[in-house]
Amino acid sequence: MREHVAGHFEDIEKQAHAARFGMWVFLGTEVLFFSGLFALYIGYRIEHPRGFDVGVEHNTLVYGSVNTAVLLVSSYFVALGVHELRLGRNRLSAWLVGLTILLGLAFLGIKTAEYLHHFADGIYPGGTGRFFEEHTDPGLKMFFTLYFCMTGLHAIHVLVGCGVLSFLLYKVATRSIGAWAPHPLAIGAIYWHLVDVIWIFLWPLFYLVTGHVR
Amino acid sequence: MNDLLLKILDLPPQASTYAFDVDLLHYFVIGTTMLGATFVFLLALWFLFMHRRRFPGETTQRLQTSVPAEILIIGGILSLFLLFWVVGASEYAHIQHPPDDAMPVYVTGKQWMWKFAYQDGRSDIDVLTVPVHRPVKLVMTSRDVIHSFYVPAFRMKQDVVPGRYYTAWFEAQQTGEFDIDCAEYCGVSHSRMLAKVRVLSQPDYARWLERPQTGDLAARGRDIAAKRGCLSCHTLDGQPHIGPSFAGLYDAPVRLSDGTIVTADVAYLTRSMMDPQVQIVDSYKPVMPTYRGILEEPEVAALVELIVSLKDQPIAPSVVLPRTQPLGSAQRLGEGPQPSAGEQPR
Amino acid sequence: MTTVDIAVPVPARRPTPRESYLNVAHTVKSWALTTDHKRIGILYLVTTVFAMALGGVFALVLRTEHLSPGPTIVDAYTYNRLFTMHGIVMVWLFMIPSIPTAFGNFLLPIMIGAKDVAFPRLNLLSYYIYLLGSIWVLIALWAGGCDTGWTFYTPYSDHSPSAVVPTVFGIFILGWSTIITGVNFIVTTHTMRAKGLGWFRMPLFVWAMYGVSIIQTLATPVLAISLLVVGIDHWFDWGLFDPARGGDPVLYQHLFWFYSHPAVYIMILPAMGVIIEVVCTFSHKNPASYKAIAYSTLGIAFVGFATWGHHMFVAGISVFDAAAFGVLSMLVAIFSAIKVFTWVLTMRRGSVVVTTPMLYFFAFLFLFVFGGMTGVAVATQSLDVHWHDTYFVVAHFHFIMVGSTMTAWLAALHYWFPKITGRMYPERMGYVGATLVFSGFFMTFFPQFLLGNAGMPRRYYDYDPQFQPLHVVSTVGAWILGAAMIWTLTYLLVALFRGERAPANPWDSRSYEWLTPSPPPKHNFVREPVFARDPYDYTVPAEEVHA
Repeated sequence: MREHVAGHFEDIEKQAHAARFGMWVFLGTEVLFFSGLFALYIGYRIEHPRGFDVGVEHNTLVYGSVNTAVLLVSSYFVALGVHELRLGRNRLSAWLVGLTILLGLAFLGIKTAEYLHHFADGIYPGGTGRFFEEHTDPGLKMFFTLYFCMTGLHAIHVLVGCGVLSFLLYKVATRSIGAWAPHPLAIGAIYWHLVDVIWIFLWPLFYLVTGHVR
Repeated sequence: MNDLLLKILDLPPQASTYAFDVDLLHYFVIGTTMLGATFVFLLALWFLFMHRRRFPGETTQRLQTSVPAEILIIGGILSLFLLFWVVGASEYAHIQHPPDDAMPVYVTGKQWMWKFAYQDGRSDIDVLTVPVHRPVKLVMTSRDVIHSFYVPAFRMKQDVVPGRYYTAWFEAQQTGEFDIDCAEYCGVSHSRMLAKVRVLSQPDYARWLERPQTGDLAARGRDIAAKRGCLSCHTLDGQPHIGPSFAGLYDAPVRLSDGTIVTADVAYLTRSMMDPQVQIVDSYKPVMPTYRGILEEPEVAALVELIVSLKDQPIAPSVVLPRTQPLGSAQRLGEGPQPSAGEQPR
Repeated sequence: MTTVDIAVPVPARRPTPRESYLNVAHTVKSWALTTDHKRIGILYLVTTVFAMALGGVFALVLRTEHLSPGPTIVDAYTYNRLFTMHGIVMVWLFMIPSIPTAFGNFLLPIMIGAKDVAFPRLNLLSYYIYLLGSIWVLIALWAGGCDTGWTFYTPYSDHSPSAVVPTVFGIFILGWSTIITGVNFIVTTHTMRAKGLGWFRMPLFVWAMYGVSIIQTLATPVLAISLLVVGIDHWFDWGLFDPARGGDPVLYQHLFWFYSHPAVYIMILPAMGVIIEVVCTFSHKNPASYKAIAYSTLGIAFVGFATWGHHMFVAGISVFDAAAFGVLSMLVAIFSAIKVFTWVLTMRRGSVVVTTPMLYFFAFLFLFVFGGMTGVAVATQSLDVHWHDTYFVVAHFHFIMVGSTMTAWLAALHYWFPKITGRMYPERMGYVGATLVFSGFFMTFFPQFLLGNAGMPRRYYDYDPQFQPLHVVSTVGAWILGAAMIWTLTYLLVALFRGERAPANPWDSRSYEWLTPSPPPKHNFVREPVFARDPYDYTVPAEEVHA
């Protein structure tokens, strides 16, 4: 069914504006949702600088960096998809959105492989696992617990994002939305970009930054 | 006047040195705010009476409060509130900082009792015995969940948190028995986690000190230091080893690896045992493991007492340590870089 | 049958029943799947009243237990679960939604001349999420309830034997309802005002809804993550606050209070929005300073985020931090003081009538100023060392939450009763109810200030016998308050069916919602309204406004 003007809005433009505004306010709430965990990370890093350094050094940089590239490229594709939809090229737009979803799933696949790698090393959340019998620093335990919490929560959001984009892909492909009303895809893309941005912050915190404490 | 207000407000006796000042501020804050509240309410009633509707359909003028009037009212109220803050914050700082000559008592809260360990090695459950007119410093932690040590008569309260040591203090100025309540919900018997402070006169306290003892806390600390492996890295005679010596450490300035200088007070000592990686002494390697969960609270107390006792008098060395190499402690600890040859003295 | 043209006010004589949002359809489906903001407001109103009743029953059991020290009618573990569930049900199932979801939903679009909120289907979704969350909390109750206190402090909440996980999960769900409502109100206020209606000509109740929505959307996600972490710790034992695994129990408190302090402003701002409307209408006068009310609303919304540490003065924070939080707490109090003076000065040279809503205003004024001043007192650091976690704090926050917010909610219920239902409530019964509510409330909670002074801690099942007299007085007051609520809800329920039919503007108000019939038609206005004068222009008679 073609996207139409809802009864309480004057025209499609007002409706699109309201939808975009609403999505940005909602993104603010998502940022604050994650910020609680980031605050825990900051607090605990200050309390356990060496444990966190060791944890960062132990993580496999390749997994994290490849995943960063995967998400960045996927964001590019979905942005291009919105652009094409505005020009009325629904088929091309649909392909681009589909690619974005595939990359999102690839991200989840790489993440799963990485988790399995951790489990094989004896690293489990909550400081359990044989890794922690050899490395007893409590800061290290907290590092990995936070790692699983934050990347896990992020992965759930990637999954939700894939779901949202799939629903929008259907709408693009069946021409329910198009050049006359591209805003649903635009706001879905904004959500995807947020998921990407959150990863951009997780990547340095868990894979890159060490304080080199002597 | 004070007694009258204590009665009207249902306040406990002012049994500590800062209780009276706190109550003075209490009277001032409650007095002025209640006066203000009464004024506001009477003003509203006045307007209700003076400006009641005279006939249906009566119209009114559009009135705005003048900006100068608004600024005056708000400025006045803000100044009053800031005065409350200034006095309250400075009293609070006084309550948070024990005097240097305060006598330490080590307190552990656990579900659902309070344990007290004294310098002479003795301990008690649920009764804290202190002399009148002497500042007492409580070094406190919890065994399990957060509790809160509250003595209404002293106007003092401090949460106790597992894995951390906090300090609180008071100086009792009346003899007698005063309630200790747990003031942070801690489970089913929270309301029964009660204890007493027994404030004795100086002669009675001296008599109490003479009761049969089981050994002084500092000596116990020495045994624990040996048993728990502290002495593999820390000496008692002033010679630097893998870690700084305990001799002359208490209350001395310490230079950290990041260049800052801190004082080795009780907080520093307990933190070094619980979170040794947070502050590394300059020119030492960060190889000390944490003792959180390993040392029992009375053991921490005993170790602190040991270090305090070595403040001015190191124990004479029985062995002169070589200037190089410690004993492979890094491998045993399983983390951190290998210590290099050639330690430098503190 | 006449359709009502918004430019001409309805004359004040008894209108015949016509089509309104209430009678346009009668099926269950028309209510269950409604996207009409007015019907959604009613759904919320009914559900929040049930929540209040449940929380109130818990309170009566708690107070009855305190008639004597030691066991009276329940054991310690039950008592601990009761005070926890009382707090949770009252805060999240009643207080936070009460005014915004019922009255905000009903009135916000009408007050800005819109046909509905920006996202009507999301609005309905927010109700069902609220319902789901509430049911989840009831399930947690059935599973035995939680005993950690509504604050869920770690490490106790990590290991409590009670039903922690279903409880936190229920509140987690409820949080999303609050967030959706907040987003909806913000976007509605920005994008759907009638042509020519600027920010400074809206009714001030809209400002209150806007301000509370800002806090709701920014703060609630932090609560969500705090509760998620407590749930994870309890279910999986991941030790996020366990010192042996690198955790810090005090960090939980920072996270929790970062939300929960703004939460108390979520609970009071809507009440303040009701009050300014009631004062202006029943004084037949413009607010003493429109901008003072509007800006102080924003001031509370933003500065309120910076004061959370005043809940942690004895938790082990540094002297510097304590001083910083102390001064910011004094600052945020100033915004409330600005409002208090504005309300009172509004009455000056007004034309004041005392109706039930106005009686509730006087109760509110007394209790809010009194309670607010005790808030300034506990924000004074050295005094809080003695008062923290005692009955003094319990009394303080009940003066604000019950004595102020619930009183304002009762004012709103009466004030907008004609608009929402099309009927009048019986005024004399209202006077009796308001008097009983105020008396019962004061008798319940004033003695608790003295209990706190004397050193009785909160969340105590058992207490020293010296405290018994004050407890007995408090309990008797609680029963009076309970009776007053039953009295009030009963006559309102009867008035719903048998009250005198109400005209469009029974109060001779100038605010915009009184320009539509009582009850309003489904789309609020027949033609897009043009509000010629501001909503507080009492310089001319009602007939001349908007002519």
